[in-house]
Amino acid sequence: MTLTLLIEQVLNGIQLGTMLFLMASGLTLVFGVMGLINLAHGSFYMTGAFVTAWVTGLTGSFWVGLLGGVLAAAAVGAVVEWTVIRRLYHRDHLDQVLATFALILIFSEGTRWIFGSSPLWLNVPDSLSGSVTLPGGVEYPLYRLAIIVMGVAIAIGLYLLISRTRLGMRIRAGENDREMIGALGVDISTLYTLVFALGAALAGLAGSTIGALQSVQVGMGEPVLILAFVVIVIGGIGSIKGALIGAVLVGVVDTLGRVLLPGLFKLFMAPSDASGVGAALASMLIYVLMAGILAFKPNGLFAAHD
Amino acid sequence: MTSLESHIPSRSPSLGRRPLSRETVIGWGLILVLVAAAVFAHLAGEPFYVNLASRIAIVALAGVGLNLALGFGGMVSFGHAAFFGIGGYVAGIGAFHAFDQSPLFGLSGLPAGSDLMPVLWLSALLVCGLVAYAIGAISLGTSGVYFIMITLAFAQMIYYFAVSWPTYGGEDGLPIYIRNSLPGLDTNNPLVFFTLCMALLGLALFLTQRWMNARFGAALTMARLNETRLATAGVEPRPIRLAAFVISGMITGVAGALFADLNGFVGPSMLSWHRSGEIMVIVILGGVGRLCGPLAGAILFVMMETLLGGLTEYWQLFLGVVLLAVVLFARGGVMGLLAGRERYA
Repeated sequence: MTLTLLIEQVLNGIQLGTMLFLMASGLTLVFGVMGLINLAHGSFYMTGAFVTAWVTGLTGSFWVGLLGGVLAAAAVGAVVEWTVIRRLYHRDHLDQVLATFALILIFSEGTRWIFGSSPLWLNVPDSLSGSVTLPGGVEYPLYRLAIIVMGVAIAIGLYLLISRTRLGMRIRAGENDREMIGALGVDISTLYTLVFALGAALAGLAGSTIGALQSVQVGMGEPVLILAFVVIVIGGIGSIKGALIGAVLVGVVDTLGRVLLPGLFKLFMAPSDASGVGAALASMLIYVLMAGILAFKPNGLFAAHD
Repeated sequence: MTSLESHIPSRSPSLGRRPLSRETVIGWGLILVLVAAAVFAHLAGEPFYVNLASRIAIVALAGVGLNLALGFGGMVSFGHAAFFGIGGYVAGIGAFHAFDQSPLFGLSGLPAGSDLMPVLWLSALLVCGLVAYAIGAISLGTSGVYFIMITLAFAQMIYYFAVSWPTYGGEDGLPIYIRNSLPGLDTNNPLVFFTLCMALLGLALFLTQRWMNARFGAALTMARLNETRLATAGVEPRPIRLAAFVISGMITGVAGALFADLNGFVGPSMLSWHRSGEIMVIVILGGVGRLCGPLAGAILFVMMETLLGGLTEYWQLFLGVVLLAVVLFARGGVMGLLAGRERYA
């Protein structure tokens, strides 16, 4: 294990963490403001990726595709909120889980119906292809680096949006006391639709950007969704700060576990066994991390409220 | 908050014989219809439909397990596929080692595998009980959304473990070449296998009914309705919940063992979170916290799967629409529709 490889893997972990943050921040906002647990969040991720791949294929421009993907995800999010989700705010979590599980089935099969079962492909845009040499001599793909930079920008943007703007003030007020901001004349339904569409757009952005690294296929949102759940549970549901720290933690632990554990087990096991056991344990690592954190802090690291 | 007095005595056996409730009649009706359908299909020489009936019984059994935690105990577990899959793997691994006469897990100190169903069922009960105890002990410290997520995470953990453990097939799963046996019975006969599944389902329903009418059931109901009140009455809620969660996992585990035998195959798909969702859907479609709800839900689910699946490969789209409609507009599920809203919320 050389230092360069280690740095590269840490960067990969941060890049995964960035994706998870985009997903988790939407989930945690929707939970914090509306008290809704949304399993269908991965569907917006998938929508973003599919529309980006489709529009990029039509226009030839990745950037137009990216814009289209994010807007489509936001639009789908707004429509879903308007038709289904707003009936669920006063229901218990069981109903929310089931209804959004039903939405997953509808979205996945609907997408399969429209786009077929074979995956779509999306290439990294020319301006971001190739790799850069970082200080210390590490070669790293430019596109992945751009994702990390974008993630940092989004995190700062979200922080400013929530702490400095009128919309952010209403979101925070909504988290604290729904009835009161309604009584003060804020149109809550519109606020909820906006927050939901914002979360969907962030998920769509994650799907669109990751589409250039993986194949775009039905069901691609589900593994990310479950990781995002782990993130918000670790970070504390409803807390954006928790989502950020949880996302980076999960991203780095998961990536490094997969690289380091098989090597670690080779120290005292036969190599063939070691890679199997190492891989098995590495894939369980973040869940062990989550169980460990919840055993000591049942409401996550930065619980906002519950 | 609903008061304790208005519910518990009416369900307690101390009041003596009551006239059969509509729900009981419907429950027996569903059981009879399923048995009659299986026997008829067998006589007509249609093993496919007998196996379909077995599938309904098994899926219903898994639902009965989840219903104890979710319906009666109010613990929304989104990870019951873990128990379903572990039960399946117990049957699969037992048969795997019985087939080539090797010790369990290839470790020389351990006994050889077994292909006897009672041994496998007991092992499934034991293993699932232990796993459910571990998961429950950690998860029950949390509540609400955290409980949903942490049970999901534990199931995913076991799923990824099965996927990346190469000895038992990893991602490809593990075939069971010869259906596990029961002395004196031909388990390969579809009707015999159906009878076994139905007997276990009946046993689980009977036991659930007994438990829910006993002090345990009263305490579990109260733990769901008003925890503080239960504690004031001198009963600690947490051990009651944990016991219900463990029993719930064990029942679902036995269903998994049967399911593996029915398909002659066990794979990670039995552990996937979609499976957890499906078991949950069955409980909801049938009616949460109704004794025979899971049976009604299983009949509806498997019928939809077979009928719609025959018409279109996108049948899950329609399942999604039906489920959405049930959740939004028809709370109470099939039993709520047929037997009325007896159950308190």
